Amino acid sequence: MAIVGSSATALGLRTPRAFTRHPGPQGRRSRLTHRLTRLTAYLLVLLIFLLPLWSMVATALSSAQSKLGTMDLIPHGLTTGNLTQAWNFGIGRGLANSLVMVGVGLPLQLAVSSLAAYALARKRFRGTALVTIVIMATMMMPDEVIAIPLYLIIGKIPNPVTGGTLLDSYGGLVLPLVGWALPIYILTGFMKRIPMELEEAARVDGAGELRIFARIILPLCKPALGACAVFGFLMIWDQYLLPLLVIQTPSMDPLTVVVTSLQSSQELGDAIKLAAATILMVPSILFYLSLQRSFERGVLSGSIKG
Amino acid sequence: MYLSLFNVRPYLGNQWVGFGNFTRAFADPDLRSAVGHTLLDAAASVLGSAVIGFCLALLLEGPARHLRVLRTAAFVPVVVSMVAIAELWNSLLFPGRYGAVNSLLGAVGLGPLPFLGSPHSALATVIGVQIWKSAPHDMLIFVAGLAGIDAQLYEAAAIDGARPLQRLRLVTLPALRPITTIVLTLGVIRGLRVFTEIYVLTGGGPGGSTQTVVPYTYLQATTNNDVGYASAVSTLLLLATIALTVLVRWWRAKRED
Repeated sequence: MAIVGSSATALGLRTPRAFTRHPGPQGRRSRLTHRLTRLTAYLLVLLIFLLPLWSMVATALSSAQSKLGTMDLIPHGLTTGNLTQAWNFGIGRGLANSLVMVGVGLPLQLAVSSLAAYALARKRFRGTALVTIVIMATMMMPDEVIAIPLYLIIGKIPNPVTGGTLLDSYGGLVLPLVGWALPIYILTGFMKRIPMELEEAARVDGAGELRIFARIILPLCKPALGACAVFGFLMIWDQYLLPLLVIQTPSMDPLTVVVTSLQSSQELGDAIKLAAATILMVPSILFYLSLQRSFERGVLSGSIKG
Repeated sequence: MYLSLFNVRPYLGNQWVGFGNFTRAFADPDLRSAVGHTLLDAAASVLGSAVIGFCLALLLEGPARHLRVLRTAAFVPVVVSMVAIAELWNSLLFPGRYGAVNSLLGAVGLGPLPFLGSPHSALATVIGVQIWKSAPHDMLIFVAGLAGIDAQLYEAAAIDGARPLQRLRLVTLPALRPITTIVLTLGVIRGLRVFTEIYVLTGGGPGGSTQTVVPYTYLQATTNNDVGYASAVSTLLLLATIALTVLVRWWRAKRED
């Protein structure tokens, strides 16, 4: 499936269609050097972006107590010792908390965003423009600007379970994640391009509002939803300031906070800290890779040009 | 939640201090240097990652399978949590001679550099890490933009005898202008709100040399327990962001006329 439509490229180096029809001064020799240059560039890209990440994994899996500050590229004596040790220092608990945040927060976020986008993209009502502007304005705003008001508000929302407030509860940790402008923005742009005729045809056949939304609009939005899921996962996974504000009980801290608190500890070795960071890194990479196809299609087709 | 912002003001101290917190903010030398660091950091990291992202996009754009694999690989740093990245680079950039990056530099006869350890190089190092993480993100947006350029434009330019670099300047860059605006706007927003990077990479140190506005606000609110002052600074940051956005819009509208 051609995600990127054209085969001619900006520099015309790789698929020189233009060159084959109008052979320039390039001979076979310079074609070869071009190839080599490109190959070197590819290798450099891989080295720069993946090698550091790999060295973290390798050091985390290495059993040798290495000198201060050194990193491994090949684990010396493969072991999961560092991982289990990190696990015992609260990483397991943090991972569970983070997974709860994503497991509850992400579906809610996607549900709210897709419903909001459906209304904004396919319904005409008074104030559509105003609502859109207000939602987009929240995107311009640093999270940190709303941190203190948010803290005060969460401290006022009653907690139905404990009778206190949402402060220091999972509810307070998840609720602020549900409304996010970016997926609304992406999905609105995507839904606007679905032809109205489809919807009308379904309406003639007697489909109700919810049915149209669930059976026609949502399935057509799959690539955009993939992109939203990846961004949303990362947004939730990466939350750092929010738990610092909301959570006071250490056993409820998500992985990001636990990893940072391990980092400042003096008695733990580097390998264990890196093992903790590896545990933090792997789930989001796996999530991205599993949705990679629809993510790229969504980003390339929907959000930008939509 | 957005409207709640306007309720910030009553909290400026349970006893009303009026604009006292605001006048204090303007006179605060620590805040002033934090603003300076924020602006420098935002400008450098945004420009750096846009330029590198653009070069990456030129290199990796296209429908071929190996290019898709390479794009996916290069994008991985974007999806890794900033906390993990900070931990990683803290180790890689270990200031001593055995630090991973320093031993690489040593192999070519340079260094060792102190990186995050010295007030002179800490901010530059933070910027470097930010670029490493955000350049692939910009790359993806540029790739989307490049894909939208009509291939016939290149062919026409080639027939007219334009050399690759000329085509880049005369066809690609003008066609990418709206995309570039998106990249830069997103980048500036990201740049002004920098928190996690600073907080976990350096904690504002050494000696306040990497302190930026948002972590400074957080510090005021928590450690110094001065929520009123922190709110005042937050409000100012918000106003600055809005002003900047309006300014960019206005500038764009003016240029399109």
